[in-house]
Amino acid sequence: MNPASDVLVVGAGVVGSAIAYFATLEGLSVTVLERGLPASGTSSACEGNILVSDKEPGPELELTKYSLGVWKQDLAEHADLWEFEGKGGIIVASRESSLASLNRLTAAQRSYGVDARELSTHQLRDLEPNISPGALGAAYYPEDSQVQPMLAAAQLLRMARANGARFFPNTKVAGFLNDGGKVTGVRTSAGNFAAGAVANATGTWAADLAALAGANVPVKPRRGFVMVTEPLPPMIHHKVYAAEYVDNVGSSDAGLQSSPVVEGTPAGSILIGSSRERVGFDGTVSVPALRAMAENATELFPFLNKVKILRHYHGFRPYCPDHLPVIGHDERAPGLWHASGHEGAGIGLSVGTGKLMAQALAGKEPDLSLAPFAPHRFGGFQSGSTTIQEACA
Amino acid sequence: MSSSQHYDVAIIGAGPAGLAAAATAAERGARVVCIDANDQPGGQFWRHRPEDTHPEDDGSLHHDWKTYLRLRAGFDAAAAVGSLCFYPGRQVWMAQREDNGFTLRTTASAQAGRAAPGPQTVRATQLVVCAGGYDRQLPVPGWDLPGVMAAGGIQAFIKANGMLPGKRFVVAGTGPFLLPVAANIAEAGGAVAAVCESADLTGWFPHLATAARVPAKALEGTEYAKSFLKHRIPYRTRTVVTEVLGSDRVQAVRTAKVDSHGRTVQGSERLIEDVDAVGFGWGFTAQMELPVALGAETRVDDDGSLVGVVDSQQHSSVPGLYLAGEVSGVGGAALAVVEGVIAGRAAAASTAAQSSAAESSAADVRLARKAGTYRAFARAMHLAHPVPAGWQDWLRPETTVCRCEEVTAGDIAAAKEHLCATDARTMKSMTRTGMGWCQGKVCGFAVSCLAGTEGASAESLRSVAKRPVSVPVTLSELLTLEDEQVLETTTDH
Repeated sequence: MNPASDVLVVGAGVVGSAIAYFATLEGLSVTVLERGLPASGTSSACEGNILVSDKEPGPELELTKYSLGVWKQDLAEHADLWEFEGKGGIIVASRESSLASLNRLTAAQRSYGVDARELSTHQLRDLEPNISPGALGAAYYPEDSQVQPMLAAAQLLRMARANGARFFPNTKVAGFLNDGGKVTGVRTSAGNFAAGAVANATGTWAADLAALAGANVPVKPRRGFVMVTEPLPPMIHHKVYAAEYVDNVGSSDAGLQSSPVVEGTPAGSILIGSSRERVGFDGTVSVPALRAMAENATELFPFLNKVKILRHYHGFRPYCPDHLPVIGHDERAPGLWHASGHEGAGIGLSVGTGKLMAQALAGKEPDLSLAPFAPHRFGGFQSGSTTIQEACA
Repeated sequence: MSSSQHYDVAIIGAGPAGLAAAATAAERGARVVCIDANDQPGGQFWRHRPEDTHPEDDGSLHHDWKTYLRLRAGFDAAAAVGSLCFYPGRQVWMAQREDNGFTLRTTASAQAGRAAPGPQTVRATQLVVCAGGYDRQLPVPGWDLPGVMAAGGIQAFIKANGMLPGKRFVVAGTGPFLLPVAANIAEAGGAVAAVCESADLTGWFPHLATAARVPAKALEGTEYAKSFLKHRIPYRTRTVVTEVLGSDRVQAVRTAKVDSHGRTVQGSERLIEDVDAVGFGWGFTAQMELPVALGAETRVDDDGSLVGVVDSQQHSSVPGLYLAGEVSGVGGAALAVVEGVIAGRAAAASTAAQSSAAESSAADVRLARKAGTYRAFARAMHLAHPVPAGWQDWLRPETTVCRCEEVTAGDIAAAKEHLCATDARTMKSMTRTGMGWCQGKVCGFAVSCLAGTEGASAESLRSVAKRPVSVPVTLSELLTLEDEQVLETTTDH
């Protein structure tokens, strides 16, 4: 038996690492298990967004604002470790109809305290000189930011370890330990780990781990491609995306949706997204997705036409049917906690999620209510699944 | 109108394996397409001066030029009667496997010297990848100075231009390939200050019996020995270059002796001055992006390279995909030709009903025996010329490892220690190794070794070889991509 801990975090992506770090600050003893290496799942297959701009008013926007505060205040002194960049976001409307929806969105966001500023085409061209002449209007979000997500995960984990957390890479959870119907730890390839609480931070794979405890957490993969260009001198200064993107984020359609998300990086390469499709964990290159992304990106920034891409990658966003993450204690499987299902916003929401989870795990009232994210909103135990006793027998 | 074309067999590469595969498959009745990044056939091994401006190239810089002329005659004959379509100056940037074959997306190659028109999309029922390999590199302090090249780069420069990229050279690394590079330099009028071979040539003795069964190779060795004597080239074994010195260009190298464990011997350092070019070659890395992208099973060979797993017909684990030459195991041109013939025969046979079983089986046995002999020889070479175990000791924290992204050995050590970056994929995530122009082709092997605890793991090497965009491609080319479904209904010819 490995040493027992207060909190056992499963998954060393950005969410698991953030939970681990903030739990150590709460004085809890922490062990992190990871089936691969840090940030080997969706954290290393995304763009590192911290966006307020694409959020409609509601619980997710509240969590975003909270998390942005954690990035900017609690973690201010560490910002350089993960290349935090308050680059600002710009949503561009190229049609009259999308401009009208954009103006409605910014008005609603402003009433929620988001700094959302309407831009004239003249102002837009000042901020982004290479934007398409077809742009009709835009909104500017100075709070939108970005981090290098792999470094964020790995550095938060390093900081947790510096505070005493133990880390076991290449360790896969095979099942749960239980005592009188309560989850008390996990069984792994490296032996058993006992813990007061087990936090499921396995992202897109959260449903599988939850199922081992008989709990239904309906997180599914939603695939996205990102293309990376050759390094260029600065041509795009903000995160720039089209108004249609907000609709796609909120859509539940399984088919391919694509809307342009284009941004420069400190290394000089330009990242081009985005595509969304629910095709399971299929890693096959999608020609329609690549073509649609190229079409959309060159419409937004015509100069990209002649630019070369060096590579592309894909990732699987942890998609939840109601577009809200799953955060907090699972009353259906006492002792099991969840922090997953952040879909495309996981990097931005990670540190807020981690801090709130740590507060709740320490028995405190969290700064922000976790009720909208409660795991048991998906109903009781999965039909046909094993009970905790059976799973651990 | 669709710009796609459908063939029985597509061959990637027109080097020794590709030429042999293309000529063989076409001869046996298949409709063949061959795509090569260079302006003319020959590959790296038989690279020669532009045929239109220098038709007189007599192959004096080449070994086994006769084999080239024979293969080339078959290749040209097939092209003349229309059973072979050759697209030089183009590269496949993406390959996909579908129900009834392969779809290859091509783009003009960066190394082509002239405009290279060709179809954007090529479809074929069978695919033979003969993509070859390139010099494996190890970082060493000063290796980013102008004047430092891959050994093969020096050779390619001489073969393609008929001139030298420097005046006084040091050729260093390991393996028999250092010999022809040095000989080429000397024959082109350059001075070779030293050839530094890290291996102990007594490493050869246990394998002499195997090597002796390949008379052509032995003969080749004698030719180099003559050339070395004639040009007074010092050949130093158990010697490595541990530093390249110079301010804005190579001026000198520091060498050291290595012991039988591949560790440098204290106090054995020597300075070789007045050097303006250095060529490094630590064996070869097979060009594995297409087999990896298509999901072919891979293995780590005796030389530490990632190569494809093939059966006796050069068939990979992916139905319809054949691998010949370095991509199925680094073994040199003679083996590549035999494997190309085997793959060309097998690919043609699986697309056509024709076959004369008796003739085939006799020839198959003969080819298999020949391939087996060459493979045994290649294995002996790999075991006799390992990458010295102590190479990481030459690095300093400030030594650049990934030249594209300027990542140092110190950055890598820190990410390994503090961020648990213990494989090449995670190292890339944390430090940007392999994210630049070359996409890890140069530093991939070294980073895999540095990240791992026991050399380069297969998983690291696979992640390094995974390049879903094999060569850079413009967004405008992506705009005109045709769907698979469209292609299936609109094949020309």
